[in-house]
Amino acid sequence: MISLNVNGKRYDVDVSPDMPLLWVIRDAIGLTGTKFGCGLSQCGACTVHLDGEPVRSCVTPVSSVGARKVTTIEGLSPDSTHALQTAWVAEQVPQCGYCQSGQLMSAAALLAKKPKPSDADIDAAMSGNICRCGTYQRIRRAIHRAAGV
Amino acid sequence: MASTLSRRTFLKVSAAGGALVISGYIPGLNDTAEAAGSFEPNVWLKIGADDTVTITLSQLEMGQGVMTSMPMLVAEELDIDWNKIKTEWAPADPKYGNPNFGGAQLTAGSNSVRGMWKLLREAGGTARAMLVTAAAKDWSVAENTCSTEKGEVIHKATGRRARYGSLVDKAAALPVPKDVSLKDPKDFRLLGKTMPRLDIPEKVNGRAVFGIDVKRPNMLIARVVRCPVFGGKVATFNADKAKEVAGVRHVVQISSGIAVVADNYWAASKGAQALDVKWNEGSLANLTSADIMKKYKALAEQPGKVARNDGDAAGAVKGAGRSFERVFELPFLAHACMEPMNCTADVRSDRCDVWVPTQGQTASAAAAVAASGLPAKAVNIHTTYLGGGFGRRGEADFVTDAVETSKATGKPVKVIWTREDDIQHDYYRPVSYVRMWGALDPSGKPVAFMQRLVQQSLMKRLGPLPPNGVDFISVDGSATLPYDIPNIRVEYTETDPGIPYGFWRSVGASVQGFVVEGFIDELATTAGKDPYQFRHDLLSKHPRHRAVLDLVAEKSGWGKPLPAGHARGIAVMEAFGSIVGEVAEVSVTNGAVRVHKVWCAVDTGWVINPDTIKAQMEGGTIYGLTAALKGEITIQNGRVAQHHFNDYPMIRHNEAPEVEVHIVPSTEKPGGIGEPSTAVAAGALANAIFAATGKRIYTLPIRAEQLRG
Ligand code: FES
Ligand code: FES
Repeated sequence: MISLNVNGKRYDVDVSPDMPLLWVIRDAIGLTGTKFGCGLSQCGACTVHLDGEPVRSCVTPVSSVGARKVTTIEGLSPDSTHALQTAWVAEQVPQCGYCQSGQLMSAAALLAKKPKPSDADIDAAMSGNICRCGTYQRIRRAIHRAAGV
Repeated sequence: MASTLSRRTFLKVSAAGGALVISGYIPGLNDTAEAAGSFEPNVWLKIGADDTVTITLSQLEMGQGVMTSMPMLVAEELDIDWNKIKTEWAPADPKYGNPNFGGAQLTAGSNSVRGMWKLLREAGGTARAMLVTAAAKDWSVAENTCSTEKGEVIHKATGRRARYGSLVDKAAALPVPKDVSLKDPKDFRLLGKTMPRLDIPEKVNGRAVFGIDVKRPNMLIARVVRCPVFGGKVATFNADKAKEVAGVRHVVQISSGIAVVADNYWAASKGAQALDVKWNEGSLANLTSADIMKKYKALAEQPGKVARNDGDAAGAVKGAGRSFERVFELPFLAHACMEPMNCTADVRSDRCDVWVPTQGQTASAAAAVAASGLPAKAVNIHTTYLGGGFGRRGEADFVTDAVETSKATGKPVKVIWTREDDIQHDYYRPVSYVRMWGALDPSGKPVAFMQRLVQQSLMKRLGPLPPNGVDFISVDGSATLPYDIPNIRVEYTETDPGIPYGFWRSVGASVQGFVVEGFIDELATTAGKDPYQFRHDLLSKHPRHRAVLDLVAEKSGWGKPLPAGHARGIAVMEAFGSIVGEVAEVSVTNGAVRVHKVWCAVDTGWVINPDTIKAQMEGGTIYGLTAALKGEITIQNGRVAQHHFNDYPMIRHNEAPEVEVHIVPSTEKPGGIGEPSTAVAAGALANAIFAATGKRIYTLPIRAEQLRG
């Protein structure tokens, strides 16, 4: 049994220790907001926070998580009122929406560190997150909006 | 087809009052007004006694906004309160077919609005007419003295109002009118106004359910090991090691390879890696991209089938003072939807349920019937959101995978493709070899335009080629050339090297937007003319094209000074019933292309949801630029050489330009919006690179080596 704290809740899961956190979250715990896009740390769709730091859960073995707190898109806010979520709606960001959990988690980690990020900061923090639908300019606008600039 | 699609069939009253009330009534549980009845004048909408309007969605949501635009079409004619709208996905059933696909349920070819707008507006208009009749009867007033607004019938003279919900039983008892008049676009209240997309709230909190998120009781997860060589088959396999992996439950052979079925994806994945398979690689095992191009080049020596022939283009090329030939080569492309292909199936002895993110309910149902061996009526297709489609999800290979695996194991199974599977087992945008000839008269006017295209036939994926042997999908953009040139000839030669191919966002136009607009640009600069002015002068017979071209030139500041090292390129074309013009501003440093900004003007007829049009132009442009700058699938030894986002890369945040979109006001019938900007983007980009470097681009993707020195 491995114990995990996900979105403030404790889960005891019986999985192989090398199983990536992504699949523990999706298949064992059943939270499907975190997405699989590549499994190789190339697309960012699986981004979650470990103690507030963005990580690619597809290459994070569950055994390496330890006592760190896992936050997924479902835990970003209880009622979709995180400043980024309201900005995402205001800017009508998502198209297919599949990449957006990862985009939001990367952006949330960025804002936590840099409340008023520059375009260069956004490039640096977000370029690991692919959006095949090409919503990049709306994501940028939404981050600026959430930052109040 | 006619019998399933005629309006009469749709507009049968599916009895609300009587039958529905009785069957919906559970004694002692609920006798409130909500249960009293509903009005369902056709298969597209249902109005409840509580005023809720439920709209059935047959076209599927993959980011292009149909979940909102389809209800807007109904709501406009029905005059309802937008906040009372609910939506429901249609099952696979011919009665929900798209007339533009002969009644098949398919979300493709930018055909949702184009195929459905009339049907959906009529559905709303018919319901409204019946509600008005019901109220007018009740009040003993003439129908034409009643109006409707926000879900109410209103009799102005007497100040009477009735909520639609209060009229449902009476309306349901009325005959369905044969003809219903639709609003004049100038009277639209909803259409043309930006409505927030209905799917967005659940796409910012992880609640939207994509195919990959489907959960069924006792469901297992499978990964399929496929022969890397196209057409290859399993020779032998040994599952012992795979079965030793904890969590692996079954290893079964299916038509696409070996399915490793486990408790979770990780176990299936480890099992797949442990599997020992010997392949019979088949006849394509030595094929390379170079072989394919060599064959195409040889074919292009011979004339093709004639798609268009105005005047005598060959003669004009020979006779002109200035003429030239150019050869364009474009690669195979993968779709790379963000959500890897997947499908969940539960096959029982007497029924088969399939949960699938698909663009084609009809094709998915057919695949499930074939793979399950069950009759069509036993097959149920449940659709979900699609994490991208772009043409890939009009195929049904993933449905076959899941249905065969569920049938073989007797369990509900979700098959999830890896990203490598997705890149290596796609139905690719066809590779293309294109010869172009052009000629200018002494004054610099173009007198000849000639094209010879060699390509796999996209139409053949749908049916046989027409008797003239021309695939009109492949020549979409060249055979339809709008420019006023006296001698035009377009030839097409079909061939098939055996690599799976299919419909990739903007399809034939994805090739032609680059080739035609690049070649026209070269005619312009060879003539010493400004590329915008040159096109403008040739578009006197196509005022919509010209207006789009003029608007994009104006908005981009065409001709105005730019920062040092920056340059602009322009392109315009019609595709999928819309006309799109783009200007790209680029700079090139040591061969590296930077796209600073793209301006886009679009005439897509009367507009439904303007912000959705903008979003599609933005995203479609990024999709087209990604292909032009980075996209290439190559074949080595009969297999795809690329695997992942590292060797099949995407434009990312740090490279993505802003796309500024302008919509041309129009009263023409609606055009498609999902694809046209993808087609035109490469043309504008390549022409801007020429303006910056003096180097013409004839081969995609654009490589730094081509631009250095
Ligand atoms: S799925 Fe983890 S980075 Fe792509
Ligand atoms: S919204 Fe579709 S991949 Fe980003």
